[in-house]
This record gives sequence, structure tokens and C-alpha cells, in this order.
Amino acid sequence: METLQFTRPAQAARIQPALVGYVGSGDLEVMVEPLQGSQAEIHIQTSTPGSEIRWRQVIEQIEARIALPAMRMDIHDFAATPGVIRLRIEQAIELASATEAQA
Amino acid sequence: MSELNANFQGNYEGGFIDLSARKRIESLLDSGSMRELLTPFDRLTSPWLEKQGIVPQFDDGVVIARGKLDNKAVVVAAIEGGFQGGSLGEVGGAKIAGLLELAIEENRKGNPTAAVLMLETGGVRLQEANLGLAAIAEIQSAIVELRQYQPVIAVVTGPVGCFGGMSITAGLCSYLIITREGRLGLNGPQVIEQEAGVEEYDSRDRGLIWGLTGGTQRFASGLVDAFVDDDVSALSTSVRDCLAQGVPALHRSDDISAPLTRLQQFDTREQIDAQRARQALTEGKTA
Repeated sequence: METLQFTRPAQAARIQPALVGYVGSGDLEVMVEPLQGSQAEIHIQTSTPGSEIRWRQVIEQIEARIALPAMRMDIHDFAATPGVIRLRIEQAIELASATEAQA
Repeated sequence: MSELNANFQGNYEGGFIDLSARKRIESLLDSGSMRELLTPFDRLTSPWLEKQGIVPQFDDGVVIARGKLDNKAVVVAAIEGGFQGGSLGEVGGAKIAGLLELAIEENRKGNPTAAVLMLETGGVRLQEANLGLAAIAEIQSAIVELRQYQPVIAVVTGPVGCFGGMSITAGLCSYLIITREGRLGLNGPQVIEQEAGVEEYDSRDRGLIWGLTGGTQRFASGLVDAFVDDDVSALSTSVRDCLAQGVPALHRSDDISAPLTRLQQFDTREQIDAQRARQALTEGKTA
């Protein structure tokens, strides 16, 4: 297991806590919580050692497409492929940014 | 955590097996009544997995909640079979035990509260050994106490099934519901093969394994109370039926003398198959 941390510039935004995915084979769970300020703190625990460059690239790809909201993001990865990782992260941000769901 | 629950509102149709543990609970309870306790945002992860280089999960693979079923108070726990094989460690086990103890307290205070357990589990989490076993023992003693007041209903739908100490837990429940895809057994096929030899039990023989431990067989052998399709509404109806029946006059786990006699008379010299197992378990049975 490897622990990684990235801090990226982000936009202050109203978001709500969100959780997607689970720690099953080839999948990951992504938790998003609001954070004061203008940074996105990304904490990663991954079962795949030596994957720091890959994670950085995935995050850069996402940043090129969407503006990261200020948040703390926690990731528990169980050998997901870059495609699945990107999908889950974008899904979590979308869910966190969605206007309050109807009760 | 209303924000969390808000994300899971919705109607469910179709299969139950593909739903996550959280959505299984949501799909069962009266709409909008689910209140998850100790949510993932409480970050109550296993303190032991990380030390052994294993990635944890925020809910430790167990979701617990309070809610309503046909407007009656219930507590529900669901194990996420995909995380570490649905294994029960210290945290996940304590969550279920604590939930059942909460229901016991409510009943003592005069607030009838039943329980539903969705068991997708290989049993104790080997990495947490004795702590997981202790938690399972706590769950079992809580079930035995709670079932005097209100039904404790277990649901095994697959894909993991219910094995190890948690199969004993399932056996202690007031009612047990299974699907064709659900399996129930004390030891997994490979463990039995290793202990008894491949001639006795070939773990690669899927027909034999499913024939002996699959939902169809368990229902036909009288070890479970209801056999349902993998369908959200069928399952929901079955759970509600069990709840409406109330506390059974005699719990299966208290009715052991007849099954024990049948097992003692069983001739083990011949290779067992599904048909013979069924016969041995039901012979002379009235109910």
C-alpha cells in the first residue's frame, strides 16, 4: 500500500459531502468534503505501489476538463485502472457540486 | 448525515444483487426513512488493515441504519461483499453488534424495534482474527436477546453468500431469506476439500457445491424460511411478510434434537449429493 498526497489550486465553491465507489477489486472509493480556502487536498491510499506519476497525470487530465472545487478528497484505491479512477473522481465532484437533491 | 442520505434517494427496480450495501438498505426501507448511523464521513476505518498494507474502506464494509418498514421501527445492517470478501473485522463487527444492542434497548424501553441483517460475508476477517471473532460472538448474543422481543430477519442474496461464523449468525435469526444465487455454509468449498480430501468434496465441482450450499437446496432442506427471486420488490415483500409474522413460537436454533438425531443416523460411507442431503435433513419432519 502506498500513501500519496497532492495539493492543487482550486476554486471556492459550495459543495456538499459525497461518496462514490467502494474498495473492491479494480475499483476505488472517492470521498469529497468541503474545505475552506482555494485548495484541493487530495489524499490517496492505493494498493498499487509506484503509481505516483500515473495519479498526477490523471489529476492533470481532470483539471484540464473541469475546475476543481476547494475540497478535501480522500481516495481508497484497490487497483483501479486510470479510466475507472478518472470516472470515479469526476462522479464524486459532480455529486458534491449538484444542487441539493430533493428529499 | 442527511446530505449523504439525500444522495441515495430514489426508486429501485430490478435486481438486488447488483446494489451496494447502502443501496440495498435504501431500497428496502420505507421511502425517505433511512438514517445511516456512523456514516463513512465519520471515518471509522479498520485500524488493523493499514498496518498490514491493506487499503481500508471508510465504512469498514458495513452499513448500519435506522428506519421504518411498513411504518414500524427497524434497524438494518448490510455487509458490502465486495470489500475484503465481506469479512467482519473489529469495526464492522462492532457496528452490527452495537446496532442490535441499540434495538434491544429500544425494546426494553417499550419501543418495538425489529432488525434486518443483509449478510454477504466470508466470515471473520483473518487479518483481525480474534477481534473479528469476538465481534461475531457479540452479534450472536445480541441476536439471541433481541429475537425474544422482535423478529431478527437475515437476508442472503449473493454474490458472496454467507459463510464461517456468520453462517451461525444467520442460523440464529428468527427468519432467513435466500435467493437462488445465495449460498449458506459453515466452511467454504476449498476449506472442506483441504480437510476432507478431494474425493469427498471437489471444490471445482460447481454443480456439487451449488447443489449442497445454494439457496435452492437450503430452502428445500428447511434451513431457510423463504426463497425469493433476485428482485427488489420480491425481497422487500418477503422481509415485510416475516416482520408481520412476528416472533416465531420456536426458533430454528432451539429446535435441535430432531435434526441432531437425523445427522447421527446419517451414513457417511457413501458420497453425499444434494438429493441425499435433502432427504437426511427433512426426513420425518412435520413442519
